Amino acid sequence: MHELSIVMSIVEAAEEQAMKHQARAVECIDLEIGNLSGIDEHALEFAWEVGVKNTLLEKAHYNINKVKGWARCSNCDCEFEIKELFDPCPLCGEYLINILRGKEMKIQSITLLN
Amino acid sequence: MCATCGCDQPGMIKITNMRDALFPQVHHNHGAHHQINIATNDNAIKRTHIDLEQDILHKNNLLAAHNRGYFEAKEITAFNLVSSPGSGKTALLECTLRDLGKELDFYVIEGDQQTTNDADRIAKFNIPVIQINTGKGCHLDATMVKDALAELKPKDHSVVFIENIGNLVCPSMFDLGEQKRIVIISVTEGEDKPLKYPDMFAGSQLCIINKIDLLPYLKFDLQKLIEYARRINPKLEFIELSCSSGAGLDQWYAWLKRQFAFSEAIP
Repeated sequence: MHELSIVMSIVEAAEEQAMKHQARAVECIDLEIGNLSGIDEHALEFAWEVGVKNTLLEKAHYNINKVKGWARCSNCDCEFEIKELFDPCPLCGEYLINILRGKEMKIQSITLLN
Repeated sequence: MCATCGCDQPGMIKITNMRDALFPQVHHNHGAHHQINIATNDNAIKRTHIDLEQDILHKNNLLAAHNRGYFEAKEITAFNLVSSPGSGKTALLECTLRDLGKELDFYVIEGDQQTTNDADRIAKFNIPVIQINTGKGCHLDATMVKDALAELKPKDHSVVFIENIGNLVCPSMFDLGEQKRIVIISVTEGEDKPLKYPDMFAGSQLCIINKIDLLPYLKFDLQKLIEYARRINPKLEFIELSCSSGAGLDQWYAWLKRQFAFSEAIP
């Protein structure tokens, strides 16, 4: 259940911004989450409810912009979508792949209510 | 170009060094044009939109970098030991402290949700050890390790083992600042574990396969395990050993000394 730590980190970062801008609450947060990041959306939803209680994010909502997993094969240079870390190259079957995208775990933007 | 308003400042904040990273610049401070005023009946609600573009684990990663710098400055070699509960992390440490305790200076940070049982086992070897109890927490993070290091005060040129919480999922996300992450799996666990918990195998540099003395009694395909783990991490190294029979421990010690020598060679 590392999603709770994830939510706590989001709360910390957002409250820091709210303080800086003397906002009274956080209205909305846009997140960028890669499909290979290891974050489970249902677990995040559950952890969110618990994690934002008594914080400036209590009434905030979040949007998730998903990023597809994308890799390049070290053997044949083919680029392709991957769903799992152990997906082989669809062209040559090799497992020597480099992850290009999909590990993202980012706060893209925050909307504050002043 | 900024994706919010089309202004010509870059839309991404790039962190280039620790000092900058501690004070991330939010470029949308440049004027009030992102503040939207919406008039309601009486009150005007003012909104401020901030393009943060910040990693969610930004704080942890910063502190991990802090720990890494601390280790490098003191030429300390630090390892993060991860596995399921009961794979033999503490047993491996016991063997190592018993056999190499006179040769190298060791320090241990033990992570468990509850009890000081593991730290008690380590303390018997007269090795400085700190126990972190995370309560409900399922992983160690860089802050906990930083605080433990402040207590532990490891000497220069020493080896620090950080035994993470027994959990193959959550600890994979949290960089502690270690030089190498070692994943331990025992042969009683099933050879498809790397496929079930790929993140942990993807982020580790060494895989120790423990309890090999039990192989004759099990239907466990060792080669399959290695093949599955290599699918996820082709660079992963493997050492097969048994903490109870002692088989393979010499390979582990040789690997350990190589890391130590490497770390000392860092200018």
